[in-house]
Amino acid sequence: MIGATFRRVLPQLIILCVVLLLNFAVFPGFFHIEFQNGRLFGNLIDVLNRGAPVALLSIGMTLVIATKGIDLSVGAVMAIAGAVAASVVTGGGGWFTALIAALLAGLAAGLWNGVLVAFFRVQPIVATLVLMVAGRGVAQLITEGKIMTFLNEGLIHLGAGTILGIPTPIVIWLAMGTLVTLVVRRTALGMLIEAIGINETASRLAGINSRVLLVTVYLVSGFVAALAGVIVAADIKGADANNAGLWMELDAILAVVIGGNSLLGGRFSIVASLLGALIIQSVNSVILLSGMPPEFNLVIKALIIIVILVIQSPTVKHRLYLLRAKASSTVSDAPDVAPKAQLAKETRS
Amino acid sequence: MKLKTALLVSAVALTPLGAWAADKTVGFSQIGSESGWRAAETTVTKEQATERGINLKFADAQQKQENQIKALRGFIAQGVDAILLAPVVATGWDSVLEEAQDAEIPVILLDRKVDAPDDLYMTAVTSDTVYEGEVAGKWLVDTVAGKDCSVVELQGTTGSSPAIDRKAGFEKAIADASNIKIVRSQTGDFTRAQGKVVMESFLKAEGAENICALYAHNDDMAVGAIQAIKEAGAEPGKDILVVAIDAVPDMHLAIAKGEANATVELTPNMAGPAFDILDAFWADGTLPEKWVQTESKLFTAEDDNQAIYDMKKGLGY
Amino acid sequence: MRDQPKPVLRARGIDKFFAGAIALDKVDLTLYPGEVHALLGENGAGKSTLIKSLTGAYHRDGGTIELDGTEINPRGPVESQKHGIGTVYQEVNLLENMSVSDNLFLGWQPVKRGMLDHRQMHRRTREILKGYGLDIDPTQLLSSYSIAIQQVVAIARAVELSGKVLILDEPTASLDREEIELVFSVVRNLTARGMAVVFITHFLDQVFEISDRATVLRNGCVVGTRKLSDVSQGDIVELMLGHHLEATKRKASHASPGDTILSLKGYGKRGMIAPFDLELRKGEVVGLAGLLGSGRTETCKVIFGVVSADHGRAELRGQPIRLNSPRIALEKRFGLCPEDRKTDGIVGDLSVRENIILSLQARQGWTRPLKRSRINQIVDEYVKALDIRLASPNMPIRLLSGGNQQKALLARWLATEPDILILDEPTRGIDVGAHAEIISLIERLREQGMALIVASSEMEELVAYSSRVLVLRDRRQVRELGGEEITTERIVKSISQGESAA
Repeated sequence: MIGATFRRVLPQLIILCVVLLLNFAVFPGFFHIEFQNGRLFGNLIDVLNRGAPVALLSIGMTLVIATKGIDLSVGAVMAIAGAVAASVVTGGGGWFTALIAALLAGLAAGLWNGVLVAFFRVQPIVATLVLMVAGRGVAQLITEGKIMTFLNEGLIHLGAGTILGIPTPIVIWLAMGTLVTLVVRRTALGMLIEAIGINETASRLAGINSRVLLVTVYLVSGFVAALAGVIVAADIKGADANNAGLWMELDAILAVVIGGNSLLGGRFSIVASLLGALIIQSVNSVILLSGMPPEFNLVIKALIIIVILVIQSPTVKHRLYLLRAKASSTVSDAPDVAPKAQLAKETRS
Repeated sequence: MKLKTALLVSAVALTPLGAWAADKTVGFSQIGSESGWRAAETTVTKEQATERGINLKFADAQQKQENQIKALRGFIAQGVDAILLAPVVATGWDSVLEEAQDAEIPVILLDRKVDAPDDLYMTAVTSDTVYEGEVAGKWLVDTVAGKDCSVVELQGTTGSSPAIDRKAGFEKAIADASNIKIVRSQTGDFTRAQGKVVMESFLKAEGAENICALYAHNDDMAVGAIQAIKEAGAEPGKDILVVAIDAVPDMHLAIAKGEANATVELTPNMAGPAFDILDAFWADGTLPEKWVQTESKLFTAEDDNQAIYDMKKGLGY
Repeated sequence: MRDQPKPVLRARGIDKFFAGAIALDKVDLTLYPGEVHALLGENGAGKSTLIKSLTGAYHRDGGTIELDGTEINPRGPVESQKHGIGTVYQEVNLLENMSVSDNLFLGWQPVKRGMLDHRQMHRRTREILKGYGLDIDPTQLLSSYSIAIQQVVAIARAVELSGKVLILDEPTASLDREEIELVFSVVRNLTARGMAVVFITHFLDQVFEISDRATVLRNGCVVGTRKLSDVSQGDIVELMLGHHLEATKRKASHASPGDTILSLKGYGKRGMIAPFDLELRKGEVVGLAGLLGSGRTETCKVIFGVVSADHGRAELRGQPIRLNSPRIALEKRFGLCPEDRKTDGIVGDLSVRENIILSLQARQGWTRPLKRSRINQIVDEYVKALDIRLASPNMPIRLLSGGNQQKALLARWLATEPDILILDEPTRGIDVGAHAEIISLIERLREQGMALIVASSEMEELVAYSSRVLVLRDRRQVRELGGEEITTERIVKSISQGESAA
């Protein structure tokens, strides 16, 4: 199983390494990590730390996309969650209450999306667009349009603190990614989600409760978006309703796509999406470290991402496969060929 | 309250308040409330109107030009005595401004200018964004006093006019100081979060000890960057000088704590000068210049930043 | 052809590799103008692969194709169409959400002054389809017509676009007898005009009825090309399989069935199926007979709760129940193998293993995953019992041939150990071998005491395994046949006469 996962994410791992080397090329100190002021300090740590919001979002987005859906509201949910957390602590609440309140807000947003999609059969892109637009307004109402700052150490710790020297956001997204991956893979959830993403009609006829599953994936998406929102707010000690999570839904979708997951639903890999999020953050890092004028930022980002996506495209993959097949036909690797030969037989007719 | 009056006085030439303006009705079409500064501008405008006994009709356009045009037509139909307009975009105002001119209602632009013949409006009250950058630059030149200084710059949103102007003004001010060099310049999108992220990369790329000063195109980015500097184990305000623009409350607080050094105010009080102009016009028909520049006041540690913070906090920033 | 005319199409030494393995091995195929050439072979023998390699849908790895003596290299169906080779695939490949005439004319719409000429398009659609005996409204969405009509539209489109060679890949799989006649008369018309037709099917009767010659494939190789006037059906089957097949016969013993398990009274759904009664007992097979669109599928769907009934009562073992979702039906140990395998049955990208355990897992709930060992045991058991042919249970089910997909779906439901199993067209579009296996499986399940409802358009099949046959017509039950009454003639008579329910 681990071997299969490794093979699945190999392209993403390779791309990540290449982009990291690109970072090294523009800034030789890139891989330097030191322990300073009780925390790990270095560019690589920054990539992991700054990638946290998109990584968290990509966990939920992967599941939503696996069901053939999409969740455009995550950026706005981040803003709401940050605003809720900030207003709880500025109102005198503790950090834990604030965190719980923010997560509940995220779950409520997920429930709203999920019910619209699963019960009212609104197309996911439309259903979540509603919250994408309205959600930021809700967040602005909570913060009254200003950056709501706070000094609650506990809450700030979630974004800017460390656990055993590791920045808290890294711990959070790694833990969340592991947890969700284990839950979907150790239970039957992952398979059932894939089934409804591939063929919902057939899945319903097979007796799968597709509505509950759909609501579940949007709940997960709302939950991780709320976590990301709390982290972003805690990082700057303030809830910035206008800018928190702005356009981050697109980065999350991109992370899922770079992770090699199909936007048409079905088979998914959360690990690959997380690597996708890290790839995006590494690209951002190249841009920041290169010292290029900011006018080039978007162009460079677009170019790198186009290259990544082209490398992953079916056409190129097939070419690479043929190249490898040719190479391996001269070298004998019989144990691998035998099942393939049989498989090919089955595909005929 | 005393302090606030003092501030206003500092921004506005002292005139007899409300001499002619009392019982006048003025319409104010505001863009929306997309930022703290915008909210403060709305608050200050309302306060200014109340102090002068002006009946202010307020319309929030929620970022839409069509709403602003509708609001202007409404003001014209109601026969207001004057109109204040904070335009959301620069173009497309000609016909509605002509309608106002036909109705003999003076229009004063606040905070931004428009692309229309300048005889269609009375004047524009705006800050000089290039000058703001110059004030910040000049402060830095004076402060480092000839010592070598490597500056990192957090730009505003790429391509936006305040970002372009504030960069140009700053560069102009340091042009003759060969000891000051901008070593890194990257956009922080005017946001606190990006300001922090980009500053982190600056610190890693240059090393905190090699950076002498940070110039941020707005205070929000500076406040984010200050956190990054602290997390990197350096002391903002001492190891790295911090100068920015806007003078939002949180920046005053940072200066009060010694974590930042200077900020140039983009005053939210655009309405004060506008009302003064209207007063003069109503009193004896005096016409103002076509551009009235608000003051770009520099705040440093020498000011009572804690008090300013407490006062500004209530304005809606 | 008799005087050895020049071949219209000659393919020589066609090779095709999948993932480095051989799918077609030096296959030769020669077509003469005016002949119907059957392409035969078991599922997985390489029929569809050969067709796709000829039309350029697959990139062939070796061999040459000559059309009228000139070598051609079509790079896709559109190019081969331009050369004159039209194809109608097994599954209808049209756009269901566009109108009939849009589908017929897509890509070559008549244009008048730069604009689509809809009136002409509709008029010509009407004319063309009249030639096929169809009188339908060309402006309606294609999806509003049955699969049969959609298939005919697909054939019409291919014929209009090509002109030399027409390839029909399982064109009659979803058609009833009347419609098959229709297609055959069209085919005869086309061959009379000198067109060559390649005919792929599992129905040997139809092969002998219409074809002149047949090429038989096995494991990617041509095992022989025969003139059909020289050989018998048995010869061809032996070529395909290597062993002879028993004809399906009606089992004599339909001994006393057990207790009533499901009882439906006045059960129905407005607009789908008129209220009907059904008593289902353990150890019996109730066959549903009728033409396409007579209400067979609708009956299955209402019983399984895919659509909830709005009339009548249902009792399971004497207890009233409401069957309004497949989930409830699953819990109550019902199973349904749907008619349209591809859209309603398989979950294509999931593995065969996952497809087999899907319903069992759905019933357990996602929190209680089946143990790895239990999954393997179930999958091994059914792969062996149903003789599902696959390289590995981990391969996506969409890569399996139709017959093996159907067996995997049966395995999915058998794994849930159902009391009542509903099979809607269980033998559609699958090869001879699998066909016989599924029929004997139905027999076995009945003998084990399962209650089955089987809808089929193949009368012989129903006769073979049904304890009783319900005859449907115009979405209502018109007759119940039992015992000696169950003969093909009686069923056909009931369908055509529409006798009132007994």
